[in-house]
Amino acid sequence: MKTYIPHKFEVNINDKCIKCLVCVKQCSFSALSFDEDDATIYPDNNKCVACHRCTTLCPTKSINIVKNPIVYHPNEYWKANVIEDIYKQAETGGILLSGTGNDKDYPVYFDRILLDASQVTNPSIDPLREPMELRTYLGKKSDRLQFKENKKSTTTIKTKSEPQVKLETPIMFAAMSLGAISYNAHQALARTAEEHGTLYNTGEGGLHKSLYKYGKNTIVQVASGRYGVHHEYLNAGSVVEIKIGQGAKPGIGGHLPGEKINAEISQTRMIPEGTDALSPAPHHDIYSIEDLAQLVYAIKEATFYKKLVSVKIAAVHNVAAIASGIARAGADIVTIDGFRGGTGAAPTVIRDNVGIPIEMAIAAVDDRLRKESIRNNVSLVASGGIRNSVDVVKAIALGADAVYIGTSALISIGCTMCQKCYTGKCAWGIATTNPQLAKRLNPEIAYKRLSNLLRAWSLEIKEILGAMGLNAIESLKSNRLRLRGVGLSAEELKILGIKQAGG
Amino acid sequence: MLKPPYAEKDISGCAVVGIMNISGNNFGSEKIVNAIKCMRDRSNGLGGGFAAYGIYPEHKDLYAFHMMYLDTNRRYDAEDFLKKKFNIAASERIPTAKVNSISESPVLWRYFLSVENKPPLMSEEDFVVQTVIYINANIDGAFVASSGKNMGVFKGVGYPEDIARFYKLQDYEAYIWLSHGRFPTNTVGWWGGAHPFNILDWSVVHNGELSSYGTNARYLEMYGYKCELMTDTEVVAYTMDLLMRRHKLPLNLVAKVIAAPLWKEIDNLEPKERRILTRLRQTYSSLLLNGPFSFIIANQDQMIGITDRIRLRPLIYASNKDMFYISTEEAAIRTIESDLKNIKIPRGGEPVVAQLLTSDIRHQTSSSREGATN
Ligand code: SF4
Ligand code: SF4
Repeated sequence: MKTYIPHKFEVNINDKCIKCLVCVKQCSFSALSFDEDDATIYPDNNKCVACHRCTTLCPTKSINIVKNPIVYHPNEYWKANVIEDIYKQAETGGILLSGTGNDKDYPVYFDRILLDASQVTNPSIDPLREPMELRTYLGKKSDRLQFKENKKSTTTIKTKSEPQVKLETPIMFAAMSLGAISYNAHQALARTAEEHGTLYNTGEGGLHKSLYKYGKNTIVQVASGRYGVHHEYLNAGSVVEIKIGQGAKPGIGGHLPGEKINAEISQTRMIPEGTDALSPAPHHDIYSIEDLAQLVYAIKEATFYKKLVSVKIAAVHNVAAIASGIARAGADIVTIDGFRGGTGAAPTVIRDNVGIPIEMAIAAVDDRLRKESIRNNVSLVASGGIRNSVDVVKAIALGADAVYIGTSALISIGCTMCQKCYTGKCAWGIATTNPQLAKRLNPEIAYKRLSNLLRAWSLEIKEILGAMGLNAIESLKSNRLRLRGVGLSAEELKILGIKQAGG
Repeated sequence: MLKPPYAEKDISGCAVVGIMNISGNNFGSEKIVNAIKCMRDRSNGLGGGFAAYGIYPEHKDLYAFHMMYLDTNRRYDAEDFLKKKFNIAASERIPTAKVNSISESPVLWRYFLSVENKPPLMSEEDFVVQTVIYINANIDGAFVASSGKNMGVFKGVGYPEDIARFYKLQDYEAYIWLSHGRFPTNTVGWWGGAHPFNILDWSVVHNGELSSYGTNARYLEMYGYKCELMTDTEVVAYTMDLLMRRHKLPLNLVAKVIAAPLWKEIDNLEPKERRILTRLRQTYSSLLLNGPFSFIIANQDQMIGITDRIRLRPLIYASNKDMFYISTEEAAIRTIESDLKNIKIPRGGEPVVAQLLTSDIRHQTSSSREGATN
């Protein structure tokens, strides 16, 4: 059927082109072809996704991508994307899919929050000269410590200890499964987590044999499909995460198409090669909070009460009440994934319309857990759309203990947010299992780039803390007095628990 | 004005001084007044005050409530409330003198109380703490300035030496005196906001600003404290109440909570100590008092001085026989005592302790005392 959708991008090649054909070979979306007869490269603009692979690698910088300037008759209601979605569905009869996160124009609360700094009455601290501590421990904290004095007047702690996991920087890598992203990407995440004393997350895809050695820095995920879950796997990491939901697609399961299930993926997921990996929308053994509690404790039994259990949920409307239930169900960590969270594939209507902003969710959950005096029972991890070090700082000041980053991590290794992850054709070798494409991601370079990103953000967080007159990240947690809002309604300020700037 | 003028965090700089006779012998107010007067340039007349321990020997087993009221009607309201919870053994207007620089003062009254109607499972002390928190938060125009036994807080808007004359402190004798001169950054003084801040037997005079106030306050709120006054001092007092009275941590460990050693230092300790300090910091990370501070805190048995862990505010410690002094400036101590045996500047986060000799909890804190005086 002929498509009515105009092309989004135009590929232009200028006369400095030396016909090296790098761009043609690199374009995994087949948008470029070379005609030997007239020695010309012909772009198929319809196929271009603006992934920048060609422009980045072109040796003469002679290829460029611009937006198609075509206009529709101006209409503030029937906008281009609305019209085109209808065309698309009329042409395919299917559910629209997207990769990455919600890209719609909802308010970004992070950008309406400003940070405080010290002036006169409390000195700021220079992080280059003074120690600045980012260490964070995840896990239940006792409400109090009891000591006993022994005979030789030495002190010991009477209170039972709970397992704790140390993060040297409060930034972890969010769940992205092997299969959704390539092995090289996984390995780079694991190595970086190890180097920076933090954690990466396997996602629901099992753990590749060669990555068991990063166990201390690994969160192993148990999701509704239970792919790749076995005893050794559960005990391989420091944290086991039960994934209930994902910010990009709350209430929706997962689907890794059979084409992506090659020999390697089939092994780690423990399913036959070439079969679709379908993760059900709910866990079919969790239809209630008490079912969740049973799974939490089943995992604790299987891991000898040595591992932390995290429960990850999407930020939905009554997230505070749900989080409170999770804290009472025995979890050590509650992870909240906001509506900007990314995905390899989600129905676009879900991605763009379900859930709430992570800023609101964290503030509401932290408030609720404190009101119920159970904030010590769990660590709180904020996830979904953390773009830079300042977002990290704001999330922690709103009440989180630590954050996950997914999209930012992928961007650091080349992702250009083309949103085509679900096609398996990722030109950057990230969201693909096609060996020809996957090998484009050099694991060494990916590791260096990720590592640089964590280093840079950690340095910036120290800089911000110093300006605030703080020298430990724990003094920022839920310290909403150091935040002010601009351009927010009274109700928004109230939920965020922050004051209007100037007040 | 009794309560905060603005709904914002109270910011102020200050002078603090504490004097203790560790034999428990009472002495007059002259020394403390002269010491605080010496640091007059550190305050600006918008807040001054004193805490005195040992002043009510005749009622030493009763809770002495020092109350401030906006007017007499509020007094009746508060007294109705007190009568429901306590038996009032004695009450009277707190004697004051006319002082020119102090024009407006609240109605000041004191009560000697025994607990009468407490819930069966609650400790008497918890009950008193909750009552004080309730009054300060909910009874309009009434404020509890102090609630300990055999002690009292005398504070208000003015220079400390004027406050001393106003309250006729020359008529009192105590074995521990604390004093504070305040320099708030805003221009309005309020009587409740002056130091010392007191809850039960704990009194705090504080110089500094907690950049971690929000974190600390939100943690304390989970334990039933309401940080209504938006002052750092209140947070310090509640922190001490929680850690020392309710959680019964020894003082040396309390110091390691509020001025926690760096992780780098903890990691390098012997395994046993490392385990204790690691868990202590993990558990109480939200009670790390972060930002510049030095404070002196006292209860019946001891007077403790401590600064933040990187020592952003001054504190000095000295002793002579059984007299112990802690002050913001050395000059304040030298003014009142010429023959000083040892003068020490404690390291950041290292508590200095003056301990009542007859106290039975002395052994618990002796190690930190040595640490400080060596
Ligand atoms: S990569 Fe650049 S130089 Fe090479 S063929 Fe493409 S446009 Fe021409
Ligand atoms: S991971 Fe690859 S396919 Fe997905 S948005 Fe990024 S560049 Fe595009």
